[in-house]
Amino acid sequence: MSTTAYDTDETLIASRPPPTPQGGVVHWLRTRLFSGPVNSVVSIVTLLVVVRLVWPVIDWALIQADWVGSSRADCTSDGACWVFISTRWSQIVYGFYPSAERWRVDIVLGLFFALIAWLVIPRLPGKKTAALMALIGLPIIAWVLLLGGMFGLPHVPTRAWGGLMLTLTIAAVGIVGSLPLGVVLALGRRSKMPFVRAICVIFIEFWRGVPLITVLFMSSVMLPLFVPANVEFDKLLRALIGIMLFWSAYMAEVVRSGLQAIDKGQGEAGAALGLGYWLRMRLIILPQALKLVIPGIVNTFIALFKDTSLVLIIGLFDVLSIIQAGLTDSDWLGFAIEGYVFAALVFWVFCFGMSRYSQIIERRLDTGHQH
Amino acid sequence: MLRPSISIPRRARGPLWRDPTARALFFQGLLLAAVLGIIGFLVHNTMANLDARGIRTGFDFLDRRAGFSIAQTLIDYSSNASTYGRTFLVGLANTLLVSALGIVAATLIGFLVGLARLSPNWLLARLAGAYVEIFRNIPLLLQILFWYFAVLRALPSPRQSISLFDSFFLNVRGLIMPAPEAQVGFMATPLALAAAMVGVMALVIIARRRQAATGAQWPVLPLSLAMLIGLPLLVFWVSGAPLEWSVPELSGFNFRGGMQVLPELVALWVALSIYTAAFIAEIVRSGIQSVPHGQTEAARSLSLPGGLTLRRIVIPQAMRVMVPQVTSQYLNLIKNSSLATAIGYPDLVAVFAGTTLNQTGQAIEVMTMTMLVYLSISLVVSALMNLYNARMSLKER
Repeated sequence: MSTTAYDTDETLIASRPPPTPQGGVVHWLRTRLFSGPVNSVVSIVTLLVVVRLVWPVIDWALIQADWVGSSRADCTSDGACWVFISTRWSQIVYGFYPSAERWRVDIVLGLFFALIAWLVIPRLPGKKTAALMALIGLPIIAWVLLLGGMFGLPHVPTRAWGGLMLTLTIAAVGIVGSLPLGVVLALGRRSKMPFVRAICVIFIEFWRGVPLITVLFMSSVMLPLFVPANVEFDKLLRALIGIMLFWSAYMAEVVRSGLQAIDKGQGEAGAALGLGYWLRMRLIILPQALKLVIPGIVNTFIALFKDTSLVLIIGLFDVLSIIQAGLTDSDWLGFAIEGYVFAALVFWVFCFGMSRYSQIIERRLDTGHQH
Repeated sequence: MLRPSISIPRRARGPLWRDPTARALFFQGLLLAAVLGIIGFLVHNTMANLDARGIRTGFDFLDRRAGFSIAQTLIDYSSNASTYGRTFLVGLANTLLVSALGIVAATLIGFLVGLARLSPNWLLARLAGAYVEIFRNIPLLLQILFWYFAVLRALPSPRQSISLFDSFFLNVRGLIMPAPEAQVGFMATPLALAAAMVGVMALVIIARRRQAATGAQWPVLPLSLAMLIGLPLLVFWVSGAPLEWSVPELSGFNFRGGMQVLPELVALWVALSIYTAAFIAEIVRSGIQSVPHGQTEAARSLSLPGGLTLRRIVIPQAMRVMVPQVTSQYLNLIKNSSLATAIGYPDLVAVFAGTTLNQTGQAIEVMTMTMLVYLSISLVVSALMNLYNARMSLKER
């Protein structure tokens, strides 16, 4: 009877020791920062640069800074003078909105942020209601409350609007207006009707080819010429029209890239089921295409949000222009850095938040689309 | 489109409004009528408004004397002799100058930062990431204003200039540096450079043919460099070094000699470069990451050295992804240079769509010309990009 190998102990290989744990700070440092002589030198130089750059900034902005006070005399230390910001806080948020009416802005801003939180936090139910509220309810409420002149609310002309409230208004109107317009243009550019396609191509390429500044110039110089002489156009409205048309062209190109990525069979299957063009688009093509291009859409939103600051050039007072105007105040000369850093922080928070959100949503939706 | 073909027996035609062809024609007719109607309405209103304001349309104003001065003129311009048409060219030249400077700097910074983001060194990668996230998310206009008002306006007066080697001076009036002054006979040097370029091109073509035919490689790079640097230097030296430097000197409250770079130009250049570089860095990173890892592994299994793998395998494939996107960033940079008007750099928009428009009141003509410039730059570059894409796209067999 032959003995098989496992009958005896001698043929078994002695068990090896478990691998030494490769964790901890030392291991991390060795692989990520000091894996070789070149890498070590790079690490040390980078570290020096970071320390030399970041430490003075922290020191200036936080440690040595003055936070409370009411005039520039309260800024006694070497650091930043945030009193400059805190004394103009209400202007930065409300612009020149009359103080007795500011509760109206508060309500709109509160609703705005509440709706965004509702839409963004995945656990909350009723997304459709929230979206409808954001797209239809909020604009109506905001229009009635901010402009006034009805239901016994005193009228507040748009030239009194300003600050963060104006920035958010422009951004929101731009976003809500340019997305549907962009979708229509994208569909038109892919249409089989030659004349529709030509019109859409010309429209899109025109707006994409010129800088936003010239569009704003045009809307403030030329738009009054285009309408009958008795029609009075509000300056803000003119800028909003320009911004909406301009960004709809960029939005159209983003949506078009999504439409192109959808398999032709999808539309053909819809047609085979007897769906008409609009039903096919609404039920089959657009839901898939828009989902694919969410990152691109959000990137366009971010660009739009950043470019709201350009209204400074045509004399509207958004966050940046309010701060810019404050810098020329003779009581507060020499606080340019504080002003710009604060304005940058405001824009950065919104833009960075949007880009992070788009990355999260991209990851969440990624499971659905794998061929 | 559902069009009955000949082989199918003719189906019973429904009512006309169910026929796709008829409907397509109808809707296009409707759209055409709407577009014509809107255009007609706008033209009618514009004519009526212009009439009411007593503005004459036409391009006659381009021949009238401008009479205002421009801070930076790359071409001949004088406030009391030049025309409005000339202001257009001066503005255009300034726009092109800052765009060209910005494109060069943004490309350099962008590539460095993009490569740093891919570095195995954690600290360096994070630093590059922070750069991108900070500068991409702050409006360009704000950055321009920051560099201009917070940094350059805070520089010392000419007498307390920050100086470098006693020939470069930085102060509130900008950067003052030595200016080259060409003497008689200097033209030979640029000509020599042009000749060297032609020579290099010929060399590259011949070397490539030779390698294809025999497999032998020529040291093309050192030879080209030697030609590009050596030939102009030789000509320069032989022709008696006909170049003198005008070094700026402080006299009284200002500098004499040298050339002055406007602080507006510096601020705009710095802001445009830093901002656009953040986007280019992301394009470079994603472009290099888009090359599948199998490609480098395959190259290594053929025992290609690292540098050659990068040059022959990774970069050509990454370029295909990167070039169209980087080009569109260049276009953005050119369009964004119009923000110059916020700090008063005399670019096309500030000079022509600003001062000239205000002085002449010819809004329609001026805005049309300004927009056409940007539009034609965009369209020409997009057309070139489409050609490039058609050439570079993967040939699937």
